[in-house]
Parts: sequence; structure tokens; C-alpha cells
Amino acid sequence: MLYREAGQFKATYAEDQQIFPIRQDRIAITALLLVAFLVIPFVASDYWLKAILIPFLIFSLAALGLNILTGYAGQLSLGTAGFMAVGAFAAYNFELRVEWMPILVSWALGGLAAALVGIVFGLPSLRIKGFYLAVATLAAQFFIVWALTKFPWFSNYSSSGVITTGKTEIFGYVFDSPREKYLLVLAIVVLMALAAKNMVRSETGRAWMAVRDMDVAAEVVGIRMMHTKLLAFAVSSFYCGVAGALYAYAYIGTVEPEGFNLDLSFRILFMIIIGGVGSILGSFLGAGFIILFPIFLNSYADPIAHALGIDLPPGMTSNLELMIFGALIIFFLAVEPHGLARLWQIGKEKLRLWPFPH
Amino acid sequence: MQFFLEVLIGGLLSGVMYSLVALGFVLIFKASGVFNFAQGALVFLAALTTVGLMERGAPGWIAGLIAAILLGMAVLAVRKGRGAALGGRDWRKAGMFAAIAVGTILLIHKPLPFWGAVAVTLVFMVGVGVATERVVLRPLVNQPPISLFMATIGLTFFLEGLAQAMWGANVRGLDIGIPDEPIQWVMDRWGVLVSSFDLAGAGIAAVLVASLAVFFNKTRIGRALRAVADDHQAALAVGIPLKQIWAIVWAAAGFVALVAGLLWGARNGVQFALTFVALKALPVLILGGFESIAGAIVGGLIIGASEKLAEVYIGPMVGGGIESWFAYVVALLFLLVRPEGLFGEKHIDRV
Repeated sequence: MLYREAGQFKATYAEDQQIFPIRQDRIAITALLLVAFLVIPFVASDYWLKAILIPFLIFSLAALGLNILTGYAGQLSLGTAGFMAVGAFAAYNFELRVEWMPILVSWALGGLAAALVGIVFGLPSLRIKGFYLAVATLAAQFFIVWALTKFPWFSNYSSSGVITTGKTEIFGYVFDSPREKYLLVLAIVVLMALAAKNMVRSETGRAWMAVRDMDVAAEVVGIRMMHTKLLAFAVSSFYCGVAGALYAYAYIGTVEPEGFNLDLSFRILFMIIIGGVGSILGSFLGAGFIILFPIFLNSYADPIAHALGIDLPPGMTSNLELMIFGALIIFFLAVEPHGLARLWQIGKEKLRLWPFPH
Repeated sequence: MQFFLEVLIGGLLSGVMYSLVALGFVLIFKASGVFNFAQGALVFLAALTTVGLMERGAPGWIAGLIAAILLGMAVLAVRKGRGAALGGRDWRKAGMFAAIAVGTILLIHKPLPFWGAVAVTLVFMVGVGVATERVVLRPLVNQPPISLFMATIGLTFFLEGLAQAMWGANVRGLDIGIPDEPIQWVMDRWGVLVSSFDLAGAGIAAVLVASLAVFFNKTRIGRALRAVADDHQAALAVGIPLKQIWAIVWAAAGFVALVAGLLWGARNGVQFALTFVALKALPVLILGGFESIAGAIVGGLIIGASEKLAEVYIGPMVGGGIESWFAYVVALLFLLVRPEGLFGEKHIDRV
């Protein structure tokens, strides 16, 4: 009843092409953004902002990047964390070595550096496909982490290879407290998500999806393989790179190359599997799930075990977490291969008819 | 020259060990088209289970759990309407499950001798393989290969967690009775250091490969496996039991993982790092081609040798440690020339 689109007519092309064609969606998304910008910063505690909301936004951005490459263009990548590392370290170096560099520009340049690296490691995709390519992207993961560790120039000759980011200052205003950082990250993520949403419904996005669905057929109808695939790698790596820069500057503060290991790549891959492969919304849902789940498990596993009369040995929670994670992935793939985003969609379909299904 | 030979031989022998892990991948890919990322976790699980059984026997809770599941399956097998053929009561199957369940209970907190532990681990790995087929693969039939691949990543996490939950995360040594010292005879004759352990490992791998080759090419099941790999539906149509075949393949992969786990565990100690061995096997795999056992061997030799040589001769120029990625670059460069690997099948895409 609340979600009827009857009576909403599209009279112009502009109306037909808007991102959210249904009025209720527009209202909902506006409300969500208002809450995110105006309510959450004032009600959420510092812990929530610092430990949950900021990483949630940053990982959503990284998942968005991977989703563009894997979900839309169909090129499975296991090197996401590597591209994030490039973004983080490039932004750090731009900031360090160029005196006047504004921080936002150096983040963007970090993203661009990641995009360049992404293009280089995307080159094999022109020749090899499927699993062979997935394994090839592992090369990016290992090579990048190795290079950042081995050449001390990248970490400004710090003895441990760890970089410590400076303060975040824009036009003389220092973003210092978790609340300010949250707002900054939120603004960037919202803008980039909007850009991604528009990109995947443009000609570029349709070309990506054509390549994903069948690359030979796409080539036959005149989609330029090299241009399309490399663009997907570049855009995806740009998103990952910016996410990496934000990860270093707005979240952790001190990062080392080893922090961007294969495990992180897998976590981001899991985000898009659970959230929904080939869905912008799914990237956010998946990131939220993967961030919240370990916290939930850590705070409830012990009490539950106690209630059942079992004493969990130390370290058992992390093993349990691994097991439940693995089982969940398999469960999701078997039951809902399109992830949480698909559940959301089904819910909306149901809502359109509710409460009078006929 | 002598140093070069030493490095080369060392590389080739360690390459054989990579092949051993790559074999597990190839087996499953050949038979079901699934790229099984969990092979490394299987290796880790097998090695850890063997060591754990030798050290302190099965932990009570996990043995109890397994026994309970097995007893449940035994009951299911004799319930009316389930079990063998069309609705019969399968007493043999039930008896087998019950026997294994009782055996599991008997193992609690009883350290086993080496061969006993290996035998029990083998049964356990076969069980894990069969369970994987039943729980992970069967619900995912007809999904695109990429989903299956991601499911095996999930399986990797599950098995790693399971292994450590069962046996703890400590690093343990494993002695399988083969000394790791240079062979005197070769030393005297050519002045080259060759470890007897590496040589024995290579020998075991060779035997394993030979028997797998015979199994695939000469036996009835092997032919069925190849038929399934070629075309699932056609194989079903001529009456090949698909599910059974997949269970056999996963059990075989468990066996290969056990052998690899014992050798690698004895070499590097049984620890979490064993799972990374699988990452080393991946370039071997793409170099040799996913579908070829011969490819796994040749690829392993190439990767092992080039990696060691590069570490010694190129490594110092760039600060060392290039072993972590060099294999991938070799494999990548190779793929640019031959995108389907050395012995992989060439697929022609049609629209």
C-alpha cells in the first residue's frame, strides 16, 4: 500500500532516466542520507563511529570497486587489497613529497596511481580468462605487497616499513575527531557510489555487462574488448585505491604493507558475494554484514557458550568465526546466489502487492 | 657450475613437492570442473590431524560429534524408504557407519603410532571429501563455475577453522622417518648436495602420479571420471552415477592432500603456513594447464627450478624475497604465449 507506484507517470525523458524512478525510493534514500549526515554523527558514540561506521564506509567503497570489476565486468580479482595498498602508499607519498598538495587531491592521485597499476595487472585479462585470470590477479597481490616492503622509499625509509599518516586538513580545517572524519568519509563514499551507480547504467556499464555475460558475443557486436576490460580494471582499482587511502588516513592512521594481505582481499570478495555480485546496494549490505558479524560473534559467543555450560578455550572464537564465515559463504551461494541485495529486491516486490496480493 | 647444479636440483625437487599439491587441484578440476581453492586447507587439515592423533588422540568433543553424525546416518540408512536400491533397508551401509562411529569413540585421548594415525587420517579425509561433495557441491549443481570457486574459498575458511579448533594452532614437528641430510654417495661422486628427504619426496610423488595416471586411463572408474569431466549430462545419460563419481574424486583429493601434508609437514613443520603451499601450487597449475596431470608435474618442475634460480641469481639485485611472486610472473608470461597452459585443453568459444 505504501509502496505502490501506480499513478506515477513519466512524462519526460529526464524522468524516465532518473536513478530512482519510484517516488517512495527517492523519499527513502533522501531520508537515509539525511539520517546518515545529520542524525548519526550526533547520536553515535565515538566507538561506533571509529570502529564500525568508518570502516563500514571504507570497505563499502572497496567492495564497490571490486563489484565493478567482478560483478559488472565479470573479471574475478583476488588482488583487491594490493590495489588498496597502492592507493594508501601513493597518497602518503604525494602528501609527503609535495608540500602544497591538498589532501583530497593526494587521495584522488592515490586512486589514480592504483588505477594505473590496475591497468598493468589487467593487461593479462585481454589474453586469459576465468580461473587463469583469477590466479593471475594473485600476482598483483603478492607483487605489490612485496614491492612496498622491499623498497623503503615507499614508506619514507621508516625502519619497520610502517607509515604514519599526517593530519587531515582541508582548507585549513583539520578533520580530527571521529565525527568529522566520519562525515568526510561519508561524503566521499556517497559521491563515489552515486558516480558508480550512474556509470553502470551508462553505455560503459552496459558494455561491461555484455563482456561479463559473454565476451565473444560482446566482441562480435562491436564492443572494444581492450578498452572495456582495461577501463573496468582502471575504475575498479581507482575505487579500491581511494578506499585504501581513506583506510590509511581516516581509519587506521598507521599502516604497513603486510596489512593489505590476501586475507583482506578475500574479506572484500566475501562482502560482494554475501551482499550481491553485480549490485551497488549489495556492496554496502555485504560490507555491513562482514564488519558487524565478527563483532556480534565476539560479544555473544562466550555468553551463549556459558549458557550452554561449555567453556570456550581462548582462541576458539576466532576459529569459530572462520568456520561460521566459511559455512555462511557456502550457504549464501547455495540458497541465494545473488546475495542480500536480491533479498531486498524480493522484499520490495512483495511490498508492492502488500497487503492486497490480488 | 656445481653451485648452479645444486640450486637447479634443489629447485626441481621442491618443484615436485609443488606438483604434489597441484595434483589435488587437477584431480577435482578434471572430474567436476571445480577449481578447488580448498586444496591447501585440506593439506593443512590432513597434516594437523595426523600430528594431533599421534600426539594426544582425538579430542573428545569432536570425536563425539562425528560419532553422533555417523550413528544418525546409520539410522537413516535402515529407516524404511531410504537406503539402498529402491527403498530397501541398507544394513551394510548402516553397519559401516556404526563401525566407524564406534572406532571414532575408541580413539578418544589415545595417542596413535605413526601408521595408525595416517590410516585414521585417511579415513577422516575421505569422510571430509565425501561430505564436501554432499554439502557443498550438490546444492550448487548448475551454478556457474565462478560460484563453485567462491564456495571452495568458503570451504577453505571452514576447514582452516575446523583444523585449528580441533588441534590448536601450535607449530608442531612431524617425523616421518626419512632423514633430511645430503646423500653421501652423490656428494662423493659429483660433489653436489642432494637431500635424501627431497629425493624420497620426489619418489613418492612419482609413484603417486604413476598410479593416478593408471587409475585415470586403465580402470573403469577412471574412464567414468573422464566421461564426467567431458560432459556431465552425457555421462548421466549413459548411466554413470555422477554423485558417486564426485565423491570418489573428492576422496582421492583428500588422499593426495594427506600425502602432500605429510611431506610438507615433515619438511616445514605442521603449521598454518602450510595453507600457503597451495598458493604456490596455483602458478604451477596455470602453467601446466588445469586439466592435465602431466602439466602439474612439468609445471611444478619449471616453477620450482626457475623460482630457486631466480632467488639465487636475480634476487640479490632487487633485495631478495622474490620467491613470493616470481612463480606468478613466470606463469603469467607463459600464459601470454599460451593462454591455456602447457597441456591444457584449448577451448573454442562459440556464440
